[in-house]
Amino acid sequence: MVEVQGGLGLGSRWTWRALALPGVAWLTVFFLIAFYAVLCVAFGNQDSLSQPVPFWNPLDWNVGYFLSVMHDIFHNGPFLTVFIRTIVFVVIAMALCLVVGYPVAYFAARHAGRWKGLVLVLLIVPFWINYLMRMLAWINLLSPGGWGTRILHGLGIEWIFLHLGLLSNPGGWLDGQQSTVILALVYGYIPFLILPLFAALDRIDQRQIEAARDLGASSFSAFLRVTLPLSVPGILAGVVLVALPMFGDYYTPDLVSASTKTNMIGNQIDEFTRQGSEKVSGAVLTILLSLLLLVLMAYYLRTTRRAGQEAGAEG
Amino acid sequence: MSVFRKAFYWLRNPWGKPRWLAIITILYILWSIVPVAIAILFAFNHGRSRTTWQGFSFEWFTGPTGSVLHDPDLQGALKHTLFLAVICVLLSVPLGVTLALGLQRWRGPGSGTINTVMLLPLVTPEIVMGVALLILFLDVFPGFGLGTRAQAIGQVTFTLSYVVVMVRGRLVSIGPEYEEAAADLGAPPRDQLRRVLLPLLMPAIIASAAVAFALSIDDFVVTQYLSGDASTTTVSMLLYASARGAPTPALNALATVSLVITFATLGLAFFLYRKIAGGSGSDTAQVAAMEV
Repeated sequence: MVEVQGGLGLGSRWTWRALALPGVAWLTVFFLIAFYAVLCVAFGNQDSLSQPVPFWNPLDWNVGYFLSVMHDIFHNGPFLTVFIRTIVFVVIAMALCLVVGYPVAYFAARHAGRWKGLVLVLLIVPFWINYLMRMLAWINLLSPGGWGTRILHGLGIEWIFLHLGLLSNPGGWLDGQQSTVILALVYGYIPFLILPLFAALDRIDQRQIEAARDLGASSFSAFLRVTLPLSVPGILAGVVLVALPMFGDYYTPDLVSASTKTNMIGNQIDEFTRQGSEKVSGAVLTILLSLLLLVLMAYYLRTTRRAGQEAGAEG
Repeated sequence: MSVFRKAFYWLRNPWGKPRWLAIITILYILWSIVPVAIAILFAFNHGRSRTTWQGFSFEWFTGPTGSVLHDPDLQGALKHTLFLAVICVLLSVPLGVTLALGLQRWRGPGSGTINTVMLLPLVTPEIVMGVALLILFLDVFPGFGLGTRAQAIGQVTFTLSYVVVMVRGRLVSIGPEYEEAAADLGAPPRDQLRRVLLPLLMPAIIASAAVAFALSIDDFVVTQYLSGDASTTTVSMLLYASARGAPTPALNALATVSLVITFATLGLAFFLYRKIAGGSGSDTAQVAAMEV
């Protein structure tokens, strides 16, 4: 750990605090106070035009709107349907990301050899392509008569999807199909899973795997008993990094489905807040979404900070 | 051996690298990049279709009607996107560098909390930040309103964390020795900062400026939530609004232009970084992967 006492280096410790001050003030106003304002709106009231009337003092907070949303959720209302659909979409998409992403990260980290640099660059590229452009690419491909629609038809994949009930009519990939939304989520977020997984697999000491092989493990059992357990932190980091933005997504279903049948929790929040019909309920749903994700966020922050401290110890 | 067993054996390749893993990786890379490459190809289509190839032309980039160069909506979106990106870099880099310097050396009560708060925007789903800032600008400071100012503030709020993380990484690897040496030689604090620390931090500052620029250009959610009238539409917002309509390949051309700007910025930063930091490609790969 690089420990520097306040008195060393640049003058007094107050110099450092003064340097940090503008950034701290910025985050306080635009992050902490902004989030507090969501609470004040969620536990506030609304006027006759459904405009929010926030209650700034926590002692005045009105739990009425919060309870009515919770009542809806516990009595099988529409919010429950949306929440369950969101969780199902995210879990399936996450599982698919892992099934595709693990072999790719594994190959890039352990077998790419002299191609490693190139493979890594190609894995990073999608990251910096505008998400909306990547969705636009699929909208072009999957529209009726598009190249993707024709290829999927030619390869018989459309036939399989139709017979499995994953596609309701031939060529209708963009007419509110749940399968399309899930695949679009996989396409959109899988780079966020592969890179941390690659980093974790790349760190594994080759000698540990060789030791397992020398002691008689088959390559499969060496993978199962050495590589896989050692890559668990990478898997968890990747899963969290994919799950967080997926839970807050509303634009992917909007773009590739444009049907309320595939609405996720993000669509509901977007409709209530930005499009402005019921801001108070929107604020309540935002709070509930944040609570749902708190565990994931806390896990990721804890591991990031620990990794930062370890890096500091080496440095 | 049957054909299937032969094929299975070939894929598994037990005495060499498993070929099936290589095949999956190649297929994945093709799947992740080819659709976008096709979208770029159609930006050069000679005709209005985005699904049928009608020959090569630049008409959607520079043509007299409806092109990126001459359509007021497309051009306005591109200009506004770049304007926001410049503002975002100009604000988030100084704020982030000073915050990183402050946090690195400040080990007192409160520093732990600030460290956590500083990382929060990285893990908060964008829609939550969007809703929070929307409420802040409409209900807490009702006079502030939405539009360019609000969009710039929203973008700075989440890019700030990336700048801090990158600059701190560099600070940790530099260590405190240089500024201590400068102090021993009698340099006043201002000179330690200006003549020792800042030059050493330059690679990280350049990299974080490029990342902030690229993040701003590609941002959608926060920018959309805080947008005001039509003049505050960005490229991402225009893609979202028109992708499902009946747009011309000009939309693909606009996306292509913004893609080229993003990659040119990152490429330039990569080049400068290597020139200043002296080689070491692994650092740069880390910088490129910084969004994780």
